[in-house]
Amino acid sequence: MINKIVPSLEAAVADIRDGSTILIGGFGTAGMPSELMDALIAQGAKGLTVVNNNAGNADAGLAALIAAKQVRKIICSFPRQSDSWHFDKAYRAGELELELVPQGTLAERIRAAGAGIGAFFTPTAYGTLLAEGKETRRINDRDYVLEHPIHADYALIKADRGDRWGNLTYRMTARNFGPIMASAAKCTIAQVRETVELGQIDPEAVVTPGIFVKRVVRTGAAA
Amino acid sequence: MKKMDRNQMAARVARDIPEGAYVNLGIGLPTLVANHIPPGREVLLHSENGVLGIGPKPAPGKEDADLINAGKEPVTLLPGGSYFHHADSFAMIRGQHLDFCVLGAFQVSVSGDIANWHTGAPDAIPAVGGAMDLAMGARNVLVMMEHLTKSGESKLVERCTYPLTGARCVSRVYTDLAVIDIRPDGLHVVDMVEGLDLAELQRLTGVPLKRQ
Repeated sequence: MINKIVPSLEAAVADIRDGSTILIGGFGTAGMPSELMDALIAQGAKGLTVVNNNAGNADAGLAALIAAKQVRKIICSFPRQSDSWHFDKAYRAGELELELVPQGTLAERIRAAGAGIGAFFTPTAYGTLLAEGKETRRINDRDYVLEHPIHADYALIKADRGDRWGNLTYRMTARNFGPIMASAAKCTIAQVRETVELGQIDPEAVVTPGIFVKRVVRTGAAA
Repeated sequence: MKKMDRNQMAARVARDIPEGAYVNLGIGLPTLVANHIPPGREVLLHSENGVLGIGPKPAPGKEDADLINAGKEPVTLLPGGSYFHHADSFAMIRGQHLDFCVLGAFQVSVSGDIANWHTGAPDAIPAVGGAMDLAMGARNVLVMMEHLTKSGESKLVERCTYPLTGARCVSRVYTDLAVIDIRPDGLHVVDMVEGLDLAELQRLTGVPLKRQ
């Protein structure tokens, strides 16, 4: 019997090694897998490369992981915010490497990894600092920049409901990066509010099919 | 001459957004445009984080932390609205499905270049978000900004001195003094605030203007 549901957050993240590349879901705090972040902080893996739209908000989730000095490099589109103080401090102290990527290019690089695309041309950032040193090409009178996929060892995402085959649904705009990150990592770990029996998620409403998910861990109270 | 305030600027932009348009409003000043779409005119507002059909601000106490816009402010969803993941959201932007985006800017050049993401200061932490995608992807890129910097310099310039967000992409600029179209043959003044004439606007702006 396939059972991707793991009994605890600790068990879900136990094998994450130092130096791993980790996709972390969420846009700001919506969809941020904060309970998995806490488990990763307790687990202690260091020298991580993390991919998220932001670089942590306030003191929880990714911000707490940065404060715990477990992150070596961040790939993101929008690090500087009014409440990104942990990132700002570590960045200014030279403890963190930043790779800044336009938001749509970030999403497409993740999607490309999940879809087996070798690289792609996008018009975004052509003629700007963020395209410096990159290969460009003119296609049908438009200029494009070559971008490469972002593959990862792990994806830590937050979904709403999940079953033992790993099928997932999300809630409102907390969906954001979850589905594409799930497809782009070797091991996707989803924290869910609720676990349900097979068939309880309408197949027409499955957002992330279980093939993309390795582990599901429930954070809400037992049903 | 009386400069337009932020809400008057937003109302002026809203006048130009037609029924049925798909629109992305940038963070900050452009967000105000939503408050000035006339009742009964169906305009679909998109936000980068994965929502189409944004409704009014939630009533106090009715906010949901899972329902936010790109500025991370709580929003509501209209009946008929939808949620989608980030790659789909940016396919809408980069695939040229949005009719309009409205962006703020530090500078816009006579050739339609926009600079709005980075001051280039050595100690600044840069952040870009979806600005470069919107600048390249939306069918019409509208800019909303004050006409002059705090020290009185024109934000419409011959060539941007700040790092570019996108090249040759802005079609119209709404300032607190005027509405100006950017065309291959130069800048055309569409309208001006009351009490301002072309000579005075030209003096303040520095780059050549034509009266439409």
